[in-house]
Amino acid sequence: MKGRVPPIIYMNSDRSTIKLDHGSGGTQSHELIEGLFRKRFSVNQNLLMSPDASPFIIGGQKLRVTTDSYVVDPLFFQGGNIGTLAVCGTINDLAVSGAVPKALTCGFILEEGFPLSDLELIVDTMAELSKRLGVPIIAGDTKVVDKGKVDGCFINTTGIGLEREDSGHVSLGDQVIEGDVVILSGPMGDHGMTIMSARHGLDLSHQLSSDCAPLYAMISAILNEHASDVRFMRDATRGGVATVCCEWVEDRTLGIELMEDHLPVRESVRGICEILGIDPLYVANEGRMVIIAASAAADRILSILHSFPEGEGAAIIGTVQKISPSRVVLRTTFGSSRFLSMLSGSQLPRIC
Amino acid sequence: MKWIDEFRDKTIVKALVSEIKKISKTPIRLMEVCGGHTMAIHRFGIQQLLPSTIELLSGPGCPVCVTDQRYIDHAIALARHTDVIVATFGDLIRVPGSSSSLEKERSMGADVRIFVSPVDAVDVAKENPLKKVVFLGIGFETTTPTIAMSILQAYNEDVLNYYVLSAHKIMPPAMRAIIDENIRINGYICPGHVSSISGIGIYSEFPEKYGVSAVVSGFEPIDILQSILMSVHQLESNKPRVENQYNRFVQPQGNLVAQQIVSTVFSPIDTYWRGIGMIPLSGLSLNSTFAQHIAEQNIEVDIEPLKISSGCICGDILRGLKRPTDCPLFATVCSKENPVGACMVSNEGACAAYYLYEQ
Amino acid sequence: MCLSIPVKIEAIDGVQAIGELGGSTLKVRLDLLPDTLVGEYVLLHSGFAIERLNESDALNTLSLLQEIMNDEMD
Repeated sequence: MKGRVPPIIYMNSDRSTIKLDHGSGGTQSHELIEGLFRKRFSVNQNLLMSPDASPFIIGGQKLRVTTDSYVVDPLFFQGGNIGTLAVCGTINDLAVSGAVPKALTCGFILEEGFPLSDLELIVDTMAELSKRLGVPIIAGDTKVVDKGKVDGCFINTTGIGLEREDSGHVSLGDQVIEGDVVILSGPMGDHGMTIMSARHGLDLSHQLSSDCAPLYAMISAILNEHASDVRFMRDATRGGVATVCCEWVEDRTLGIELMEDHLPVRESVRGICEILGIDPLYVANEGRMVIIAASAAADRILSILHSFPEGEGAAIIGTVQKISPSRVVLRTTFGSSRFLSMLSGSQLPRIC
Repeated sequence: MKWIDEFRDKTIVKALVSEIKKISKTPIRLMEVCGGHTMAIHRFGIQQLLPSTIELLSGPGCPVCVTDQRYIDHAIALARHTDVIVATFGDLIRVPGSSSSLEKERSMGADVRIFVSPVDAVDVAKENPLKKVVFLGIGFETTTPTIAMSILQAYNEDVLNYYVLSAHKIMPPAMRAIIDENIRINGYICPGHVSSISGIGIYSEFPEKYGVSAVVSGFEPIDILQSILMSVHQLESNKPRVENQYNRFVQPQGNLVAQQIVSTVFSPIDTYWRGIGMIPLSGLSLNSTFAQHIAEQNIEVDIEPLKISSGCICGDILRGLKRPTDCPLFATVCSKENPVGACMVSNEGACAAYYLYEQ
Repeated sequence: MCLSIPVKIEAIDGVQAIGELGGSTLKVRLDLLPDTLVGEYVLLHSGFAIERLNESDALNTLSLLQEIMNDEMD
C-alpha cells in the first residue's frame, strides 16, 4: 500500500476561476484555505486561523473568535432556516473549541426584492435563539444589492467566546492517544439530505428534518465533568463525519478506524442517500459533532449526550489506532476494510 | 430498508464466502460491466473476502466513463450558448472535455442544472419558453426509457424547446467487443438493472458462442457473492450458461413496455466508446418523428477541436487490460479532484473507486 | 451503473404515484410500469418505476441463501 499522494489542485488544473467545489468543505476548500488565505493572512504564528474558532489573548484573557457566512438554498427548510444556521453554526464553532460563547455579530446581504416577511421570520429565529442561549447579537450590518447579485439573503455571523481554562486542548486534539474512542453525537446526514431533497423535490412527506441545533449546553455538560477525558471535538458540518476524521488524522502518527455497523444514520436519510448515490459519511450536518475521548470515560460521555434531545442517537463509531497512521479506515459490516478520504468536490445526485 | 437490508445480512455473506472458497479451484477472471457493481464491490470490500482464485475486473459499465470526449465537448459548446440551459444528471458535470468541463462552464456563468429525473427538465423547458433546454442523455438500457419518456412528453405537450443530446448506449455490443479483443475473461457478472429492462436473452451469445458464464446480478453484497458463486459453479463444472440471480427484479423477457417506448423514440446507430472506439450499432439516436427534439440538428454550435490528454490509459482500464495503479498518471497528475480520464471522474469509474477506497 | 432502489408504492393517480422508502415519500412515475398496484415494491430509477418486485422469487432466493447458510453452519 503506497502513501497517499496529496491532491495538487494548483499544479495541473485550471486555477483561473473559483468553482463550487472550493466551498464544499472537502479537499478543494482545504487547498484554497491553506494555499491562499492562511499563507497570506497568518502573519503572526500565534494568530493561526484554526478550523473552528481561533484563540487570541487580550489583556491576559484567553478568547476565541470565529466567523462564518451562511448561504443555503432553500432559505427555509424542514427543521429551520438560514437564521437558525447562522446562530447555531457560529456558536457551535466556539463551543467545540472549548469556549463559552459570549457575543455574536451579524451581517446581512440582501437581494433587492427580497420579501420583508421572510426577513422578519429569519430575524425572529435568530433573536429567539440568541435570547434562549444567552448569547446576544451586539453588532450588525446590512447591505442590499441589485436583483440577481445574491440569492435572496446571505448572512455572516462572527462569534466571540471565552476559552474555558480546562478545555483549550480540545480544538487541536493533540492529546489524543491510541485506544481513545470516536463518538458521534447523533445520526449523520440529516441536514444535508434535507436540503438536497428539498432542492430536488424528494421527500414529499417531509420526513427529513435538519439537525441544526445549538450544541453548547451539551458540550458544557460534558466538559464540566470530563474536560480532561475529552481530547478532541469538532462539529461535522460540510464534508461530513468522514472529512472531520480525515482532517484530524492528517500528518499524525495515529489513525482512526470507524466501524460501519456503528454509524448512526436514520432510515429516511439512508433511503434518500441510496437513491441519489450519496454516502452519508460525507453529508453535511449542522448539529452533530465528533468527539474523541478517553475510552474509560466513553460510556459516561455517551449517557450525558443521550440526556439531551440533540444527542439522541449518539454512538461510539470508532477508535484511534496506529495500524494505519494518518488514515481513516472503515471496517465494513462484513469484516473487510477500505480507506476513507476527505470529501472531494461537492456531493451530487447520480443516476449511475 | 425492505428488500435491501435482507441482502446485506452478514451471516449470509460469511456463508457465501466460505462456500465460494470451498468450491473454487481453478483461477478465474470475472468481469462486471456495471458501474453499480464496481461501486458495490469496493464499498463492501468484496474482493478482499474472496479467495485468490477469483479475480474481479471492471469493464466498460459506467456510462460516464465510456462517453466519448467529443460528446462532452459538444455539451460544453451548448453550455456556452446564452440561450441554452444544459440539463444533466450529476454524474457528467466534472467530466473533462478537450479544454473545459461543464462545471467550469458553470463557474463562468453557463446555466447548467442537475436533475434527478429527466421529466423535471421538461417542466423547466415549459417555464423557460425563451430558452432551449438540452438534456444530456447518457446511460444504458436502464436509463434510456426514462429519457425516451421525457422526449415523448415534450412531443405530446408541444414543448418545442426541449432537446436531447443522445449518447445512449447498448450493453451487449460492448461486452462482445471486449471478448473479440481477446481480453481473457471466464465470465460476465451481468448488469441487473439493464436486464430489468432488456431481459436476460441479450446475454445468450456469451455462453453459446464464447463459452463465458453470464450471471445476471443484483447490487447488494449478497447478490454479488451469490452471482460469483453461481459463476464458479458453472465454470468448475464447465457448463457456462445464462443464469438469473436477480430474478426478484429481472423477468426473463424484461420490461416490454419500456422496450416498446425505447424503440418508438430511438434507433440503433454506430457509436464511439471512450477508450474502446467505434462499436457498430451500440448507440441510440432519436427517430425522425422526434427530429425537432434532436439537439444536434436544431442548435448550431461551434465545437472545439478534439484534444486527448496523453498518458491516460482509461481505454485499457475500461477493457480490463490494465489496473488503475498501472497508469503513470494515477494519483499523481490524475486525482479525484482533478480527473484527467473519465474513469476517475465518475465515482463508479474503476480509477475513482481505487482512488477512494483502495489506495 | 443505473442506481435503482426498491420503493413501496403508497398511492397512485394515473401515471403519477407516491413511493415510500425508509419513511420518506417520493414522486414515482409509472409510465414504464403501468399496471402497478398500491402496496407493490418497484425499482425506482431516475424518477421512474422500471420493474416490480417478484416477491415469490425474492423469498425463494432468501430461502436458498438460508439453506447455504445452514449447510455452512453444520
